[in-house]
Amino acid sequence: MVVVTVGILALQGAFLEHARSVAACGGRPVEIRKPEQLDDCRALIIPGGESTAIGKLMDQFGLFDAVRRFGADGRPIFGTCAGMVLLAREIEGLQQPRLGLMNIAVKRNAFGRQVDSFEADIYVPVLGEAPVRGVFIRAPYVTAVGRGVETLASFDGKVVLVRQGRLLAGAFHPELTADTRLHRYFLSFLDE
Amino acid sequence: MVEKGTWTVKKGLAEMLKGGVIMDVTTPEQARIAEAAGACAVMALERVPADIRAAGGIARMADPTVIQRIMDAVTIPVMAKVRIGHFVEAQILEALGVDYIDESEVLTPADEQYHINKHLFKVPFVCGARNLGEALRRIAEGAAMIRTKGEPGTGNVVEAVRHMRMVNEGIRRVQAAPREELVALAREMGAPYELVLQVAELGRLPVVNFAAGGIATPADAALMMQLGCDGIFVGSGIFKSKNPEARAKAIVTATTHYNDPQILAEISCDLGEAMRGLEISTIPDHERMQERGW
Repeated sequence: MVVVTVGILALQGAFLEHARSVAACGGRPVEIRKPEQLDDCRALIIPGGESTAIGKLMDQFGLFDAVRRFGADGRPIFGTCAGMVLLAREIEGLQQPRLGLMNIAVKRNAFGRQVDSFEADIYVPVLGEAPVRGVFIRAPYVTAVGRGVETLASFDGKVVLVRQGRLLAGAFHPELTADTRLHRYFLSFLDE
Repeated sequence: MVEKGTWTVKKGLAEMLKGGVIMDVTTPEQARIAEAAGACAVMALERVPADIRAAGGIARMADPTVIQRIMDAVTIPVMAKVRIGHFVEAQILEALGVDYIDESEVLTPADEQYHINKHLFKVPFVCGARNLGEALRRIAEGAAMIRTKGEPGTGNVVEAVRHMRMVNEGIRRVQAAPREELVALAREMGAPYELVLQVAELGRLPVVNFAAGGIATPADAALMMQLGCDGIFVGSGIFKSKNPEARAKAIVTATTHYNDPQILAEISCDLGEAMRGLEISTIPDHERMQERGW
């Protein structure tokens, strides 16, 4: 079996947890801080963190264009929380820099501040019957889904997991749990 | 079932702050400068530690109005400080909706014997520590994040380095010790055995560990990151310097690219004067903030 090299954007946030999840799926995680480090990667994960901080650091070293090219090549990208915000075309009420690769609008900190952060069971039909334990931390949700975007999961009427071709975005943090099904699902895009 | 304030959620926010810089701010304008520079959170204060040190007297929780204005000004998490042991100040900050509470030695302690029982709160806490035992005592009380104490408001990184090395040394000792020695080692460190056991298994603290107390330059930030911390608190170092915008941005970049001397060299240029530093030996013993707490 060929081991898949998966880039983890490692500018700020929970990149080590994603690396652990990727390794648990049999992949080879590589930390990405500069554009040229993307060359050997077949897929990319943009972790949770602060989207404004990550955006600032992406801009500084030319990573916005590099990641847009990466996506345009058809290589899979998975964004969680801040990663979902950065993938979105529209961020409600905010002008902060973003990749804009996915045809979605998101609202930041949409469930409230930290005292409202929560865990809940999320039903994700593409992952089977058993729910995923969704960890939502000052989490965003999707407020509008555009053409080509498939809703994979909702919670309390809010869209929290979407797919557009080989792009995947989630409002919660599978990397903070031992459940690797969502990472496996993402890596399966490479076989499609 | 929906559960709020769980350990996963409390610890989780600290995981999201990793690799980032948390900056002390005293006004909404400073908070916006910090956010624009790439801070992953801000610490809302009435005075930065250097001014608290200069002012003397009793330092307390900030006026909630100051904190609320800062919360309204930015989209990143907002932290605020309470006095050691002052659980009512903590209740007030939780009611206000701050994202993290720092039970901090920078303020004058309210209790010389006991820290706050942080398990009782939904809002997560960060606490300072000088060594592994102290860090594990705070975690036992419910702290979901640890930072070195350093010596706040000095612009002198030496104490933060000392505390980081002491935590690391403690971890190495625990890892190297055979299992039958861990109970005695836990007793010696004054730390709960279960947490010592966790450190032995993980090879690190069971929660995120930031560096704090005296960081004033991009090189200081990168030094602490290379010593193994997860991220950086900068107190007086930014807004007590000549050019806060440039310095804030450079410290953020240094914290991400801490292993790349080429980048560190580039961003260290033309930052203007750093804050005026303080030699630790010139501080009278009773004014050393790191001695507060146990």
